[in-house]
Amino acid sequence: MDVKLILDLAVYALVGVTALSTVRVAIGPTPEDRLIGLNLAASQVLAILVLLAVRQKQAVYLDVALVYAILGYVGILAIARHLEKEEGS
Amino acid sequence: MTWVAAGFLALGVFFGVVGNFGVLRFPDLYTRLHASAKCSTTTVVSIFIACVLLEGFSALSGRIVVIALFFLLTGPVTAHIIGRRAWMRGVLPWRRRRAL
Repeated sequence: MDVKLILDLAVYALVGVTALSTVRVAIGPTPEDRLIGLNLAASQVLAILVLLAVRQKQAVYLDVALVYAILGYVGILAIARHLEKEEGS
Repeated sequence: MTWVAAGFLALGVFFGVVGNFGVLRFPDLYTRLHASAKCSTTTVVSIFIACVLLEGFSALSGRIVVIALFFLLTGPVTAHIIGRRAWMRGVLPWRRRRAL
């Protein structure tokens, strides 16, 4: 059983699933729905980056994945805080 | 070991597909948040377990464990922030319409 083939299949499946989850970002009725879609897409992109790192045997992808996780967390926090301020004023 | 890793990868892809269908199909913000939070955490953790099993004991797998711990910390916090913001804004939970 070829390891690279399995990893490729998983990466293709996750790319399709991420494209599916951006539909909610596009059609979400409220800003929170868009945030939910964004959170889901960010977690799947994180999984894709880790799979690529294991497939290519390069640790650079893992650094990118760590920074992406941190920036996604801080970004969603900042967007939620910004919406809250806009609501309160 | 490769078969176990392939099983975990298939589990991760399955949870991703199920979570996306939940986010697309559920009627309400809170139910969508439920589907999104659970399925994103299980997807990421099972795929990371598969990667660690494929990689063995090396520098790559150590970093993968660190990223998994960080994701396990921040995923529920993000879901809680989104849900709390929606609750503060006054979004009411969905109820099944029932004949009185």
